Amino acid sequence: MKIYADNAATTKMSRRAIEAMTPYLDNIYGNPSSLYSAGQEAKEALERARASVARCIGADPAEIYFTSGGSEADNQAILSAARIGKRTGKTHIVSDMIEHHAVLHTLERLEDEGFEVTYLPVHENGIVRPEEVEAAIRPDTCLVTIMYANNEIGTIQPIREIGKICRKRGVLFHTDAVQAVGHIPVNVKDDNVDMLSASAHKFHGPKGVGFLYAKRGVRLANLIEGGAQERGKRAGTENVAGIVSMSAALEESYEKTEVTAERLSALRDMLIDGLSKIPHSALNGDRTRRLPSNVNFCFEGIEGESLLLLLDDLGIMASSGSACTSGSLDPSHVLLAIGRVHDVAHGSLRLTIGEETTEEEVVYMIDSVKEVVERLRSFSPVWRDLNAGVKEFIL
Amino acid sequence: MALYSEKVMDHFRNPRNVGVIDDADGVGEVGNAKCGDIMKMYLKIDDDVISDVKFETFGCASAVASSSMATELIKGKPVSEAMTLTNKAVAEALDGLPAYKMHCSVLAEEAIKNALDDYYEKHPEKRKDN
Ligand SMILES: Cc1ncc(COP(=O)(O)O)c(C=O)c1O
Ligand SMILES: [Zn+2]
Repeated sequence: MKIYADNAATTKMSRRAIEAMTPYLDNIYGNPSSLYSAGQEAKEALERARASVARCIGADPAEIYFTSGGSEADNQAILSAARIGKRTGKTHIVSDMIEHHAVLHTLERLEDEGFEVTYLPVHENGIVRPEEVEAAIRPDTCLVTIMYANNEIGTIQPIREIGKICRKRGVLFHTDAVQAVGHIPVNVKDDNVDMLSASAHKFHGPKGVGFLYAKRGVRLANLIEGGAQERGKRAGTENVAGIVSMSAALEESYEKTEVTAERLSALRDMLIDGLSKIPHSALNGDRTRRLPSNVNFCFEGIEGESLLLLLDDLGIMASSGSACTSGSLDPSHVLLAIGRVHDVAHGSLRLTIGEETTEEEVVYMIDSVKEVVERLRSFSPVWRDLNAGVKEFIL
Repeated sequence: MALYSEKVMDHFRNPRNVGVIDDADGVGEVGNAKCGDIMKMYLKIDDDVISDVKFETFGCASAVASSSMATELIKGKPVSEAMTLTNKAVAEALDGLPAYKMHCSVLAEEAIKNALDDYYEKHPEKRKDN
């Protein structure tokens, strides 16, 4: 059995997305900026894609800017707000401790330039409290940036409430919705969002393409200077095939969001129930306010990379927040933020299911994880100490 | 391209000399302050020769494989030889480790040295070099 359980890392492209793309790699190769008909044909496809993407998130087409992906959209949104803030002497930003590095590293760069950032806690359940956002906003706050849903533990933030607070206080609000768009209902108007980032490869579209929504009136700053593409806000000949493919993928996901979410939530809960039976384990992140696809556990006494490699031998592709898988020697900042200590965070496992996941696969994953955890515990000195009472169990 | 060599994966999947020695002559435990991996080494020593060795590891594949390989390299060898085992030799015997994983193999070298220190502490009469 081969089971792909890493849909938060990336997703398999849908047939529809692949088919939507091919004409623009083949015959319709004109540059959308060219005046002759082959160029204009590409231009029309681009604008149809823009309208379609806009419709799926409740925006106007003129509010959609195509980018190279989620990271670029995050960078542009945050740096734009900072530029606007700086002009009016506002150099304070409110964010939280579990953002993606595309946001965190951009904020760090701004801190080097003199900005001040408040990183709100997310508590044990991995969720930001709107009242804490409200309390953190100051007269000099130029931006609040809180992700829609977390990529590691899947927690869904109270975006609508936070958006309402920002609107009331007159502060720009950006959300990294890379893990949300195409998976749960997202509507920029209802959610009171000023800027939103999304990425095609997370919803069965191609890699290297995404978009930034910026509400009319929000003045974007360029990351890339050059031609007048994307209304002068993002230079470079457009990735027409990728953009058209992304819009097809989003339309498809949008049409079945509710059905897929309901089916996946049931499988997710089954997986959570099964893994909860492993002794000294714990679910990471809120049990219900989480993405339909996300399961994230810590198992005491074992290390995540070993877990992943043995699961791979059993045909299961998963991910971990262990220090040994990070390349940086530190365990996931998200797990630390929800209060997991270093040792426990070391033994984390993320399984993110997808549209192709079956009940049979869920059963197989539960059995396999149990088996592998037992095997690794059988020669773990930490597990021995825990059982001998030399160390105290945390989970 | 695979992350690890075939040899690393073999030792990781089928670690040699796993377990504990209840009446060990020397026990060493070391932890990696950086990534959090922990390794425990148990030695049985007869006539200055490592007659048996077992290990337990809490860590990544690199840590498990280097513990396993290290036990193979010292089993049946004189204590003096085990004392000079380096993490470099362990890594080489595994056909190499990714550069950012080298720190995991240091644990094996340190755990053996720790276990030998423990042995000499319990049997000071065996110490020849002072
Ligand atoms: C929450 C979040 N933000 C941003 C990104 C970056 O997106 P991309 O890979 O398209 O640059 C990702 C994907 O890894 C993500 O999960
Ligand atoms: Zn390691």
